Amino acid sequence: MPYIPHTPEDIERMLAVIGAPSIDALFDEIPAALKAGPLEGVPAALCEMEVARLMSERAAADGRLLNFIGAGAYEHHIPAPVWAIATRGEFYSAYTPYQAEASQGTLQLIYEFQSMICALTGMEVANASLYDGASALAEACLMAVRANRGADARRILLPRNVNPTYRKVAQAITHHQGLEFETVDFERRSGRMCLEALQARGGEGCAALIVQQPNFFGTVEEVDALTDWAHAQRLLLIAVVNPTSLACLKAPGEWGGDPDKRGADIVCGEGQPLGVPLASGGPYFGFMATRMQHVRQMPGRIVGRTLDAQGRPGFALTLQAREQHIRRSKATSNICTNQGLMVTAATIYMSLLGAAGLAGVAGACAQRTAELVRALSRIDGVREAFESPRFHEAVLSLDRPAGPVLAALAERGIAGGLDLAPSHPELGHAILVCATETKTDADVEAYARALGALLGAA
Amino acid sequence: MAELKLREPLIFELSRPGRRAPSQIPPPHDAAARASAQIPPHLRRSRPPALPEVSELQVVRHFTRLSQMNFSIDSHFYPLGSCTMKYNPKACNSYAMLPEFLARHPLAPEPQGFLACMYELQEMLKEITGMQGVSLTPMAGAQGEFAGVAMIRAYHQGRGDGARTEIIVPQAAHGTNPATAAMCGCSVKEVACDKNGDIDLEALRAAAGPATAGIMLTNPSTLGVFEHRIMEVARIVHDAGGLLYYDGANLNAILGKVRPGDMGFDVIHMNLHKTFSTPHGGGGPGSGAVGVGPRLLPFLPIPLAGRQDGRHRWLGEADLPQSIGRLSGFMGNAGVNLRAYIYMRMLGREGMVRVAQFATLNANYLMSRLIQAGYEAAYPQRRASHEFIVTLRQESRTYQVTAMDVAKRLLDHGFHAPTTYFPLLVPECLLIEPTETETKEELDHFCDAMIAIRREMEQDPEKLRTAPHTMPVRRLDDVRAAKQLDLAFKPAGMNA
Repeated sequence: MPYIPHTPEDIERMLAVIGAPSIDALFDEIPAALKAGPLEGVPAALCEMEVARLMSERAAADGRLLNFIGAGAYEHHIPAPVWAIATRGEFYSAYTPYQAEASQGTLQLIYEFQSMICALTGMEVANASLYDGASALAEACLMAVRANRGADARRILLPRNVNPTYRKVAQAITHHQGLEFETVDFERRSGRMCLEALQARGGEGCAALIVQQPNFFGTVEEVDALTDWAHAQRLLLIAVVNPTSLACLKAPGEWGGDPDKRGADIVCGEGQPLGVPLASGGPYFGFMATRMQHVRQMPGRIVGRTLDAQGRPGFALTLQAREQHIRRSKATSNICTNQGLMVTAATIYMSLLGAAGLAGVAGACAQRTAELVRALSRIDGVREAFESPRFHEAVLSLDRPAGPVLAALAERGIAGGLDLAPSHPELGHAILVCATETKTDADVEAYARALGALLGAA
Repeated sequence: MAELKLREPLIFELSRPGRRAPSQIPPPHDAAARASAQIPPHLRRSRPPALPEVSELQVVRHFTRLSQMNFSIDSHFYPLGSCTMKYNPKACNSYAMLPEFLARHPLAPEPQGFLACMYELQEMLKEITGMQGVSLTPMAGAQGEFAGVAMIRAYHQGRGDGARTEIIVPQAAHGTNPATAAMCGCSVKEVACDKNGDIDLEALRAAAGPATAGIMLTNPSTLGVFEHRIMEVARIVHDAGGLLYYDGANLNAILGKVRPGDMGFDVIHMNLHKTFSTPHGGGGPGSGAVGVGPRLLPFLPIPLAGRQDGRHRWLGEADLPQSIGRLSGFMGNAGVNLRAYIYMRMLGREGMVRVAQFATLNANYLMSRLIQAGYEAAYPQRRASHEFIVTLRQESRTYQVTAMDVAKRLLDHGFHAPTTYFPLLVPECLLIEPTETETKEELDHFCDAMIAIRREMEQDPEKLRTAPHTMPVRRLDDVRAAKQLDLAFKPAGMNA
């Protein structure tokens, strides 16, 4: 019986203190009719050696593919110290810092994390994380409706070039609170949002505009014009951003040409690129930041710096009146447990890379993707879909359905990209590809050779 | 118990301009400049972000020292009620972090090894809970609750009964319950408990009616006792047309002993980061898997792991057209679910039952010893489940010492405090959950500390009121933290 230390002698002595004849007697308040039989559907126990063998076989069954998929989860090198430190027992097996004096390590780390997110996004305050980028966007929409009192509206403008899964999640999570999402089209030539369409529509009945930067297709949006339009229409601007890209793209806190109305109002995104492995989709973490004027509408935990009884600085959870354990049905969100360990990893990652390192990673990603696009576009039947500045992803149009092509590439050990037909059929046969700093010239050549052979052979 | 008394500056205070960890910067070294040149100037970043500028050793030392300022299960007995702070096995982490698992992109072709683990995990959770279907996608208990209530609403709306928008919760419910109800567009009706800690059946009968969507219950309850008239509760709510939601936070008490499906529940969420020992991580990541009975099967959140002709795949919108939808960008906290799978394979069917047995033995032992030492249990006539409540209402009157004071003094004794002031129903309470992985000696040490604290209440209560004395900081000023907001480090000379 793993992890249970009791000897027969322990059991006897403990039952004597309790005054019960047996362990079974401790369950005597449970009606006999409810007592479960043996759990036939659960296999017999394995010892650690056996489970190690099993997991090793399962991992081998998965193998490794040369990865060129992005679409919301990005393969980056994770420096060795990140997980060596994050898996220290004092971080791994600690819980939410409810007893602040015994959790100063976690609390200070979260404060540093909040500070770094503010630095990256150019915003004034950040929370201690949400579950992931998709659910963070849902929470941002709810927050925008709460915060934009002037609008008295529950409609959110959601462009078609925002990650399609984020749209699904936002709808699923906000469905019962009366929010509506209205689609905004993108320009077919550039892949970017259509400002003229927005101007024609006006902001009537809307609380917020969402802008993803870079957008789902990897192209860089004209964020200043979009921010100015939103603010002129008295909409809040929700920015969904990639943290690596913020090393070289303008911080959302600075978006907008009008100096009086500068900056996104709520910033959110997926933090996975910051030291979190791909791991089949999770755990990742969502980050959120905003202006001080909206802090009381922001969900999630927040750590503040304060003083102790002797006037020394220390850290504690604060503004807890927003949260479920105090406010209950009037809470900003029901979130309790968040993504603490991933935040730990991300804070260590950002500390190791610093601005220069992150810019180096961002630059290498942009360059590798540019090379990938060049190499693949040389193949007959492949061309770039959009002529616009991009960060580290691109859409390629193919001369035939992408599904079978990607399947054939996978058989050759290459995860070539994401088929866009299910989410964006208007693009025809198209795939979304990404090359991060982890891809070498040889990797790019291998992909180009394999794709060339596949398309040429048919 | 020696504590490391550390003061550690902020990482920003350790920074020096131009300092780097050069081996972490990938080639080519002019990539940043060249990439920037491709971006139109007005879309470029104007100033580098104010991230730390430190060496790799400084990073390692800083975060190592921060870790040494934490209590954790690995280092301290952590009887935080309702959180199930049992040992987080290292094996779960090691095997979940095999390189092939870590390297898999979520949108790559379906990984047969990983998916087999997910499918089997779903099946084991079905068996343990007595439910017909399981989704692993909710990323924490609160998201599991959201899924559960959303499914209940979908069920009623699907039957044309959309006026059912009231959720009944016991007065002692965890704050996430009413918060979740509100997120699902429901109102909350609170029902009182009787003096034995059970739900008041008369009050429940009065509360249940045509507007009832369902009831959210934990069993054993948040008061630490088993709701033994649960079948009656189920009948009352079902007869009124509502469904039963089980908050699985306390599953550790009944694992393998009782199945929520058998108690009449229609939907359950489980906290894999409690019962199934995935890491608490300083506040997550968790996993709030949901299980459902036949009525709610069509509404499960997607994706689910499916198996057909020996191959595994994700089941999505096409397979569950009535699903309440997706709650995460991919499939939820995959790596957490993998750790839970490994843990459950090591427990096996025999191990599940022993968890409940020894969690309950430890809780009852601790409760008996504390009562014998003079403390007041909130429900002394009841069996403890896997946790129990001690109330300090007498002590607070007699000695002007609060549950908070006792909690802080326990830190000086090298124990993480139990949960304090939850459930709100019991004044000056400590909710104590030892878990099954603790030895009798550890429990005895904890009692020794509580006995010493009791003596201090009589002889030197000021020591308690000003505790802790041996932590890296003294008691923190929460009022100041909320009034004089300092929520991010601001580098000198820079605006926000």
